[in-house]
Amino acid sequence: MSVFRRIVNTFTRSKLHQEIDAEIQAHVEMRIVDNIAAGMSPEEARRNALLRFGNRTVMRERMTAMDAATSFDAFWRDLRYAARQLRRSPAFTAAALITLILGIGANIVVFSVLNALVLRPLDVPQPAALYNVVHKTPGNDNQSYPDYVDFKNQNSTFSDMAAYRIENGGLSTRDAAYKCWYYRVSGNYFDMLGVQPAQGRFFHSSDEHGPNSAPYIILSHNFWRWHFDSDPRVIGTTVDINKHPFTVMGVAPAAFHGTELFLWPDFWMPVVNNPDDEGTDFLSWRGSHNLWILGKLNPGVTPLQATDNLNAIARQLARQNPVDEDLSARLVKPGLMADMFGGPARSFLAGIMVLAFLVLLAACANLASLFAARTADRSRELAIRLAIGSSRWNAFRQLLAEAMLISVLGGALGTLFSSVLLNTLTRWQPFPQFPIHVTVTPDPKVYFVALVLSIGSGILCGLIPARQVWATDSAQVMKSGGAGTFLFRRLALRDLLLGVQIALCTLLVTSSFVALRGMQHSLHAPLGFQPQGVLLAETDLHMGGHFGASVTQIRKRMVEEVGRIPGVASVGIIDETPLGTGGSSSLVYREGTTDFRPSNSALGAKFFGISPGYLQSAGTRLLNGRDFTWHDDAKAPKVAIVNELFARSMFGTADSVGRRFVWGDKLPYEIVGVVENGKYDSLTETPWAAIFFPLEQNPNSDTSLMVRSQLPPAEIVPELRRTLAQIDSGLPFVFHTWPEALAFVQFPARIATAALGVMGLLAAMLAVTGVFGMAMYSVSKRMREFGIRVAVGAQPMQLMRSALSRPVILLLSGSVAGLVLGVIAGQLLAQIVYQATPRDPLVLGGVLITMALLGLAATWIPAQRALGVHPARLLREE
Amino acid sequence: MARNDLQGTLDLLVLKTLSQMGELHGYGIVLHIQRASEELLCVEEGSLYPALHRMEMSGWIRSEWKVTDTNRKAKFYRLTPAGQRELQSAEKSFEQLVKGIRAILRYA
Repeated sequence: MSVFRRIVNTFTRSKLHQEIDAEIQAHVEMRIVDNIAAGMSPEEARRNALLRFGNRTVMRERMTAMDAATSFDAFWRDLRYAARQLRRSPAFTAAALITLILGIGANIVVFSVLNALVLRPLDVPQPAALYNVVHKTPGNDNQSYPDYVDFKNQNSTFSDMAAYRIENGGLSTRDAAYKCWYYRVSGNYFDMLGVQPAQGRFFHSSDEHGPNSAPYIILSHNFWRWHFDSDPRVIGTTVDINKHPFTVMGVAPAAFHGTELFLWPDFWMPVVNNPDDEGTDFLSWRGSHNLWILGKLNPGVTPLQATDNLNAIARQLARQNPVDEDLSARLVKPGLMADMFGGPARSFLAGIMVLAFLVLLAACANLASLFAARTADRSRELAIRLAIGSSRWNAFRQLLAEAMLISVLGGALGTLFSSVLLNTLTRWQPFPQFPIHVTVTPDPKVYFVALVLSIGSGILCGLIPARQVWATDSAQVMKSGGAGTFLFRRLALRDLLLGVQIALCTLLVTSSFVALRGMQHSLHAPLGFQPQGVLLAETDLHMGGHFGASVTQIRKRMVEEVGRIPGVASVGIIDETPLGTGGSSSLVYREGTTDFRPSNSALGAKFFGISPGYLQSAGTRLLNGRDFTWHDDAKAPKVAIVNELFARSMFGTADSVGRRFVWGDKLPYEIVGVVENGKYDSLTETPWAAIFFPLEQNPNSDTSLMVRSQLPPAEIVPELRRTLAQIDSGLPFVFHTWPEALAFVQFPARIATAALGVMGLLAAMLAVTGVFGMAMYSVSKRMREFGIRVAVGAQPMQLMRSALSRPVILLLSGSVAGLVLGVIAGQLLAQIVYQATPRDPLVLGGVLITMALLGLAATWIPAQRALGVHPARLLREE
Repeated sequence: MARNDLQGTLDLLVLKTLSQMGELHGYGIVLHIQRASEELLCVEEGSLYPALHRMEMSGWIRSEWKVTDTNRKAKFYRLTPAGQRELQSAEKSFEQLVKGIRAILRYA
């Protein structure tokens, strides 16, 4: 019988009655006819026919009661009864609801983020066929343009392959200038993705005819809306990008934001244009890894087949070009800067997801014991119901209905709260200087998970009371008056649940303390520079149309004129701020190397271009040798300053002034100074060797002006802004203090600390309520026993011991187990948070004190209650 | 284990009747059982209809309103494949019941 018919039947009970009546009527009439034929009088025949049926109403009731419709009815009745029961105990309901809202809400938030960053595919047609082609070794996902062309032309497994990179630059119209983030993409990018323009048209492969042949851009829908008022007449007009003219060709659809999940670029241009750099052109340089390759698999081709195909091509390329000797291919899901953020994001989110799930389990365990306590309180009622003939199934259904009602309600409220939180998160832009934007609006998948979690927790919470119902022996319970013999057996399971919960809480508390201490350490970590008191003014000189010699001149003027501002102690320029947006690394060779294949290199090093005075402004200590001067220019001999690690690993001594090495451009450089080691990419990185070149010997337009001053930033910024505007009013600058800028590298650690803190707080709340509930329950069940013991002369301490020994033992063993787990987990945390270690007396002490306080908070009231027992009154009551 | 209750016996009688006769209304079932058992078994109407209803809900039989030979509207029942299977197992368990009772009577 279909569910549909059950529901219909509920509303058509009367119709069912009519049908039964009609059937019986037909039967009676046929019997009457036969009776008359057998010789009875009509009267007699009728009476006989009716008599054979007995009581027709009873029979009809029996039939309708049997009908499945009534089970649906019973379900409603259970639900109404459950709602009434819950209304009658608001404290219990509120406690249960809050527990569930926290547990389910936390899960939904974490799952939504996981969904947004890991599970959800790109918002383009056939996203499942798209893969980024990256190197076999994780971490380096960039490819060179010539390799891309060879992969694209020689493969037989992809229907098409596009290449793209992300750059920033200045877009200026007649009226305004904007600092923009944009994609440089191969001509077939939009065609391969299958995206259609919202306005105008997209460019195609056929528009590309060699370097700088396709000066077109496609605006993003947002940029078009905000800066061009959604005016379709902008199509065909010319804008300047880094002072080069480009024609606006089209506008992308509103939903399309490139091929990263969390990045919203301002426009797209063909990769053959090079608005950034006049001189070097990476398009023809096989050793320059600057692009991500995105391919669309042919229908029916597995990723494994495609990987084999590409690796065969890679081996052939390696034979033809020495620089490709390490070339290999691996396919990854696109969306996280190829797979650059894939690994850490996935493992971090998976870790948090596990934690959130554990918190929900703890919440369920708590609820289960709350329900169990309630069921035990109602054990007499249950026993009576069973004794007067209610089936165990009925009683069980009743309890389950209560658990389900609460959990579905909790789930719905939890979802509501989390979607409010997620909406805030969606609007949140963590870094104003980057177009980062994570859309975490819940989709059907999220709601499905919410529903599954709610129902799952409902069943989990209902199962323990169900066990009680099954174990209820009505005679036994009614005799012994409630607290029956099965109490102790049940407590064993609840003990275990609570112990696990306390362990989990301790684990989370330990982890948050470890993360917090790590954060604190990172503020005092030896960075290789002194960020306090330094103001950064960052720009890209190409945005002002400065190239070649003009770059050198303007930088020199900046340093000189800013240095004259009153209150400025020192000023210098570096091209890429350390611990900022990146910085490049390159292979270094020993002097005399002739064969420049990667395996012949001495080491890999980070490199930066700096002006004279940078070391002083940054607060980087010079260990040996000298700083650069303005005479170390393009015409002077090639020189470099290296860090201590470079000097030691290359020459075995820090004092390596005067020694030489060969850099990636195959030219020898002489070391003129050695500086202290530092952090360059992230706080948790393994130490890098680093090289500093004079700016003019390593041309680059990125400019980060470092101004060290005793004055507060608010006083120095206006003066600085005015001075720089006098030099070139068209240059867009970003001003911030160096400590502010460092927030970027601390972001993962901050997020980890915040997430752990929130989870830890949730777990602590749950553990407290759990211990409290258990202690309270065991005290209240044994009040009579305590009364008698006090009456025969027991001391308060003895009572306390017997009332609270169980919770305290649980608290102790759970805490120890959690602490051990926390020490193990701390090693994982060390990858995200700087110098995170649980072997820190402050951390261990903090955890112990926290757990002790939690225990005290949880057992205080039950202990008071046990101590305040009044034998006379108690015995009178019973 | 064989289900050796009396209700099971009524089910067996009804299922057997429908399997032999094809399609029948409730009154016809009563008459057939009476006739086939040579007036030994008399099905009570008060039990028959609840039984039919229950069997229909279990999916063993299907019902349909039709017109009888005497031009009267009545509800006709017929066996479903599931009912056919149920009949087989009911027959088997009934035979076991009979065997069991016979054995007891022999030693009693």
